[in-house]
Amino acid sequence: MRLTGAQALIKSLEMQHVEAIFGLPGGAILPVYDPLLDSSIRHILVRHEQGAGHAAEGYAHVTGRPGVAMVTSGPGATNIVTPLMDAMMDSIPLVVVSGQVATASIGTDAFQETAITSITQGITKHNWLVTEAADIPRVVAEAFHVATTGRPGPVLVDVPKDVANATMEWYWPSSDELDLPGYHPVTEGDPALVRQAAELVLAAQRPVIYAGGGILKARAAEALRALVDRTGIPVVTTLMARGAFPDSHPLNLGMPGMHGNYTAVTAMQRADLLLALGSRFDDRVTGRISAFAPGAKVVHVDIDPAELGKIRRPDVAIAGDCRVVIDELVTALDQLGLAADGTAAGGSPAARRPDVEPWRAQVRTWQAEHPLRYRQEEGGPLKPQFVVETLRDMTPDDTIVAAGVGQHQMWASQYWRFDHPYTWVNSGGAGTMGFAVPAALGAKVGRPGSMVWAIDGDGCFQMTAQELVTATAERIPIKVAILNNAYLGMVRQWQELFYEERYSEVYLSPDLPDYVKWAEAMGCVGMRVESADDVAPAIDKANAIDDRPVVIDFRTDAFEKVYPMVPAGASNDDIIEGPSEGERGR
Amino acid sequence: MSQPTTSQPTTSQPTTSQPTTGAPATVPNAAADPGGARHHLLSVLVENKAGVLARVASLFSRRGYNIFSLAVAPTDDERFSRITIVVDVESAPLEQIVQQLDKLVNVVSISELAPERAIERELLLATVDADPGQRVEVAALAGIFHGAVIDVASDRVTVAVTGTPDDLDGVEDLLAPFGIVELQRTGRVALPKLGSRRRLQPVADRAG
Ligand SMILES: Cc1ncc(C[n+]2csc(CCOP(=O)(O)OP(=O)(O)O)c2C)c(N)n1
Ligand SMILES: [Mg+2]
Repeated sequence: MRLTGAQALIKSLEMQHVEAIFGLPGGAILPVYDPLLDSSIRHILVRHEQGAGHAAEGYAHVTGRPGVAMVTSGPGATNIVTPLMDAMMDSIPLVVVSGQVATASIGTDAFQETAITSITQGITKHNWLVTEAADIPRVVAEAFHVATTGRPGPVLVDVPKDVANATMEWYWPSSDELDLPGYHPVTEGDPALVRQAAELVLAAQRPVIYAGGGILKARAAEALRALVDRTGIPVVTTLMARGAFPDSHPLNLGMPGMHGNYTAVTAMQRADLLLALGSRFDDRVTGRISAFAPGAKVVHVDIDPAELGKIRRPDVAIAGDCRVVIDELVTALDQLGLAADGTAAGGSPAARRPDVEPWRAQVRTWQAEHPLRYRQEEGGPLKPQFVVETLRDMTPDDTIVAAGVGQHQMWASQYWRFDHPYTWVNSGGAGTMGFAVPAALGAKVGRPGSMVWAIDGDGCFQMTAQELVTATAERIPIKVAILNNAYLGMVRQWQELFYEERYSEVYLSPDLPDYVKWAEAMGCVGMRVESADDVAPAIDKANAIDDRPVVIDFRTDAFEKVYPMVPAGASNDDIIEGPSEGERGR
Repeated sequence: MSQPTTSQPTTSQPTTSQPTTGAPATVPNAAADPGGARHHLLSVLVENKAGVLARVASLFSRRGYNIFSLAVAPTDDERFSRITIVVDVESAPLEQIVQQLDKLVNVVSISELAPERAIERELLLATVDADPGQRVEVAALAGIFHGAVIDVASDRVTVAVTGTPDDLDGVEDLLAPFGIVELQRTGRVALPKLGSRRRLQPVADRAG
């Protein structure tokens, strides 16, 4: 069967079971948009290519399948650089197809020419410039394989216009026809190392499981649950791992790190064993690394061997897929005599395990004495935490929450109760403002049956709000709660605390733009809430709307700060739990 | 990358062949080995595809790893090229460098060559001032190092010498009094010594 390169490209995406492409056409990608008309694949026309990238990420977050975006050359391609970087930092499988000027024009500064493979070299897992139409099926198959196996990540396939127009004989490569001689991800852990890890688990008096986003990537939430049930070890879930272990489980201590809660942060500091599973010792988690968990032995499990020892030297380093290795670890514990219900067989190595209960009791004491705190005063300014808690309590258990970046993101992570994996969509490693709206849109495309709320900041919203036009036009009924504090609040918080309240370029205004009018202009229902009493009725109304997007402008207290906080570069021991006496901000 | 490319910083200090600990890449090491050598030799087998050298070089700059010298050429198998990199392990632990390099999809395998177990060679080309009376002296000097005069003008000669990096440092010193007009070194290439190990031992050939 003779096909053009463009037809082969679309057919290759169909072969990969792609159901949605987020994109925006232009000159160099024109040939590829033509056969799209005849394809079963849904195309969602975004209003800015950054939106396409974040939507594809949101889709990937909630489905576990690669998100796909398509853009034209030059500015179309550079507009998706930020999402590629974001996906690289958070290990999100993403396949971006970009148009390129014709092969003969490459290197001549042709109209809309840019060397996007060079630009994205460091922010993709790999990228390809296709030079022959005949290569297209193989390269697409390789691109999906690389994006989704091992440590997932974004890839980019750059297709020159003449290659899309040329004809080729259609084929679909088998897995051993892929030309990837240097790519062999590891999955299974070394049994001897797994055994050592199990022995450390049985020797620990103050163990903590430090669960990272890798648990979700490996679809290891159930495996983790089985490990915790067997060992009774408390779990912290990083910003990327919220939902990987149920927040309602008594052994879930919640989020550690710069804005983590006291118990999660302190348990890690006092631990004698950290089981780091799919986590990477990010500086936002560890605080000053030399002071991080000083008394802990470390077992580090990660599918990326380069993460092992990159920041903290582990005592046992296991390269492998988290789900596979956790299963192996559970088996090893079983062999050492630790039963599924946590009891130990008499005379087995597990029978000599120290009692972990005093440690769990200590953890419970911290939880009781150091809860997250805020106060919504009767008739006082609306507290952002109150909005998050009310929204949490008024939405179904499996509601998907997408966040922007800033204070609102931290409050969402702290106050939401994540009881299901793949319900939290956020930009962790990159901290990309503007992520929430397009990511929520992509999430809703991937899981149309779930309710999807974006919890966004006023600053973030202004960066990518135009994708609500996309949402209206494509009938993707997402809901957006803007925690409108009239500030670039997180930056303001740092200026207040560390720059003697010298506020430099952080004020935004509560009503410029008018978010309700803006929402309405984009075809959404717009609402405004200024007092605590009005929060629930507005959410009720929003939840009842399912034929268009909804935006609620919550006017929240501009002076509220995110606590606890470990100042940048400080030790996690120096966690600040709340404002000092009399401090209120201004 | 089908064209051989070589480069070496002209200001670089000569390196000596010190023993290394040669820790395997599977033992992560979060700090540079204080007792080890500062320079390590990595022999990196890569796919012979467009842009692969740029990917390797940009990884080094992106992660702040220092390259002391780098030489690349095709291998006997046209699908692959070999990059010989002398890395400065003071900028990052060797294991980290190896593991990050190995994540590049076009990198097929990486071997570490401990200098005392490697045969290393480098090529030096130098043009020096030499009037007709001095030509013989320069030629003799090159001859001591098994080199040769390869070009002559009325007041200058160009010599070519192949040797270990140490030898070439010596050649440079001896040529200096004549007046060096131009000098170019290739950076080293290396293979394992026969009798120590038969073949290059991969320290990493898997990507995460
Ligand atoms: C693209 C981008 N630019 C700048 C920043 C730095 N930054 C981090 S949080 C923040 C403020 C965000 O403001 P807003 O969306 O209103 O959220 P808030 O903190 O007020 O809840 C800024 C500017 C960033 N993370 N991303
Ligand atoms: Mg704000």
